[in-house]
Amino acid sequence: MRRARIPTAIGVLAGLGLLLFLLPLAGLIVRAPWNQALVELTDPTTTTALGLSIFCSLTATAIALVLGIPLAMILARTRGTLRNVLRALTTLPMVLPPVVGGVALLLAFGRRGLVGSLLYQALGIQIPFTTAAAVMAETFVAMPFLVIAVEAGLRSLDHRYEEAARSLGAGYWRVLTRVTLPLLRPAIFSGAVLCWARALGEFGATITFAGNFPGRTQTVPIAVYLALETKPEAAITLSLILLVVSAAILVGMRGRWLGAL
Amino acid sequence: MAMFMLAALAGCGRGDCLECNVPKMPTPLTIFAASSLKPAFDKLGEVARERQAAAPTFNYAGTQTLVSQLVQGAPGDVFASADTAHMTQLQTAGLISGQPTLFAHNKLEIAVAKGNPKGIHTLADLARPDLVVVLADQSVPAGKYAQQALAKAGVTVRPASYEQQVTGVLSKVALGEADAGIVYVSDIVTSGHVDGIAIPEAQNVIADYPIAVLKQSHAPGPAEDFISLILSAEGQAILRAAGFEGA
Amino acid sequence: MTLEAAVRVRRNGFMLEVTLTAAAGETVAVLGPNGAGKTTLLRALAGLEDMEGRVVLDGEVLEDTAQGLFVPAERRHAGLVFQDHVLFPHLSVVDNVAFGLRAQGRTQAGAVARGWLDEAGLGDRADALPRELSGGQAQRVALLRALATEPKLLLLDEPLSSLDVSIRAEVRRELTRRLAAFSGVRVLVTHDPLEAMALADRLVVLEQGSVVQSGTPDEVTSRPRSRFVADLAGVNLVRGHARGDHIGLAGDASLAAADAGEGDVYAVIHPRAVALYRSRPDGSPRNVWHGQVESFDLQGDRVRVRVKGPVPLVAEVTRGGMRELGLSAGAGVWMVVKATEVSVYPA
Repeated sequence: MRRARIPTAIGVLAGLGLLLFLLPLAGLIVRAPWNQALVELTDPTTTTALGLSIFCSLTATAIALVLGIPLAMILARTRGTLRNVLRALTTLPMVLPPVVGGVALLLAFGRRGLVGSLLYQALGIQIPFTTAAAVMAETFVAMPFLVIAVEAGLRSLDHRYEEAARSLGAGYWRVLTRVTLPLLRPAIFSGAVLCWARALGEFGATITFAGNFPGRTQTVPIAVYLALETKPEAAITLSLILLVVSAAILVGMRGRWLGAL
Repeated sequence: MAMFMLAALAGCGRGDCLECNVPKMPTPLTIFAASSLKPAFDKLGEVARERQAAAPTFNYAGTQTLVSQLVQGAPGDVFASADTAHMTQLQTAGLISGQPTLFAHNKLEIAVAKGNPKGIHTLADLARPDLVVVLADQSVPAGKYAQQALAKAGVTVRPASYEQQVTGVLSKVALGEADAGIVYVSDIVTSGHVDGIAIPEAQNVIADYPIAVLKQSHAPGPAEDFISLILSAEGQAILRAAGFEGA
Repeated sequence: MTLEAAVRVRRNGFMLEVTLTAAAGETVAVLGPNGAGKTTLLRALAGLEDMEGRVVLDGEVLEDTAQGLFVPAERRHAGLVFQDHVLFPHLSVVDNVAFGLRAQGRTQAGAVARGWLDEAGLGDRADALPRELSGGQAQRVALLRALATEPKLLLLDEPLSSLDVSIRAEVRRELTRRLAAFSGVRVLVTHDPLEAMALADRLVVLEQGSVVQSGTPDEVTSRPRSRFVADLAGVNLVRGHARGDHIGLAGDASLAAADAGEGDVYAVIHPRAVALYRSRPDGSPRNVWHGQVESFDLQGDRVRVRVKGPVPLVAEVTRGGMRELGLSAGAGVWMVVKATEVSVYPA
């Protein structure tokens, strides 16, 4: 196929865009204290933060799957104004500045919060400053990614598959588990990965709602932020680790996530 | 704007100055100040603006954050620190012009919810398992001071969170999320949302606040003037009203 | 076992109103142009479409709007075969066929499914995925998937139209065989007259949401009541007001016909009965019109010539005749029809 030649101007602009992505990453890699890297990697602060981050982000993703898929199913069924309202609601955390999200979570689940106060007074349960709070903060900001991906997948699904299944005598749950969900697998997968990546990198809402305590709420992004002021080498090493993890995710997905968005 | 200023200044150098009645434009100043200084410095800034001595903008954050920013090359004229260690760090990095001056002192106090519903009276009380206590991180001067005070009192606290700046501790207590936190006396004086429990002298720590002009400053004159204002009787009165102890 | 249905569907200004009965052992084909409402009718019978009315299958009321009764699709025992198979892409062929059996809770569903596939000669494709099958194979598997559950009602939505013309005949033969062997009620919808004629025991013609004609294929085509059916039958159809020996048509035209009767009538003229002349002929026929050749269709040794005129008609002549007349598009020509060749019946 003979395609039209791309004008130079477009090439230049694209190159600039690419530089914008490349330079910061290059800076990170070049300035990394490679000789100290191993020391940093085994430092308890690092390993604790990493372990906590992985635990919280995976938990957040699991919750997002359990709550987000049904939510996406409802969203995919609605139409008109109701759909626009629900859609706006579920994607709000995506556009909200994370710290604002953290404040909102405090106002809802803090000791004086809408729901939090009830929990505290009745059961003595306090959510802020706990690992659960970190998980909640991450779920709040990351779940929309999953919902959007799954909803898109549902809308593009040929509804005749479900009809065929029903005509063959399959009830609601059989249709869901044997037909709909298997066909949705790519959308669920890419949504889950995006959700996990977002949860892993979450900072603003976590530090506002869950605070900062090593081993309990000090996730990698928070550890990096702190380390930047006291021990920059540790910050850079941690940043690199997160960079490698994120890159691995993206490469592993091999461009499949584009379809979901 | 610059041309106008230039013309005004040029004119004012000779006798035939037509623009000399034009008021001088106040010099913009960027002041990096520890977050505990906010209420006091905001007021001082107003004074400076009224006098048209300077047009100050303030960058408030935990002292360690400010140092990090300045080391990375953030532009600024003046640096006011909540401890001498961080000022020394900048001096070593060659970013300070001249010698720093101590302009205020602060002491620590325990912040509790209004009415002190949990009945906290001493540092030792902070170790109670039923309390949610928040402290500033070790890297923040207030956090370092708090650890010193706790060590003096022989108390071990298990905080729920280590905040990035002392005002973070204050806000958690004010929001009701934490039962207690160790902050500066000045924080409690200016807050109005919390009550303070005094820490006895024997356990308390005195925080030294040094201030200095930054070498990179483009307006060292007005910067020095601002520091003079802080050291003046008027400035010291403002600081004391905010809960600080004078230089 | 019979199906009795009175279906009414209202949607976006479109109204479908059909009464249909079908007995076991009989294939009813609903024929109509696209947009007539055929698929909607089928889906309504399957329980997949909002409808008003009443559907009774084998004495069981599947739907009765007046009494608020509704049996959901999954409990209707109605097998549905879609136009383009709609096999589950993530399941193997045998799992597709076994799907309904598993939904029914049958043990050995896989083995039973394999049995169906073997019998159809598709046993070697049992473990393949639907995307690895040819169009014809996929459609056959779709049919087996529906038949495997032994439904009482089999609904087929244009079962052959998505297939290549070359394999259509073969699949049609197999379909005919299977339908004959199926003991339940069969309703098939299509827009392809050939499909309808080949598979139907009874034909129901649907146009714009209403039934315009029904009967055996022969009955319907020998007495078409609409252009669509006339085209289907390959005859010329006109409608007019009969007055004894002639029929008054639209636009002052008149058609001489023997024993036309009185009143509103349809008149059928077979293209064979239309003769073409270069110059105005002399003779007994009273139906003589001048027109222009609009287009023509070669069909072996015959040519179907569409002529524009006071009475637009399709004439069928031989190739030789065509050559002799030297006809081409736009050429002027005289059409002649003997009054005795016009068959008339009440509208």
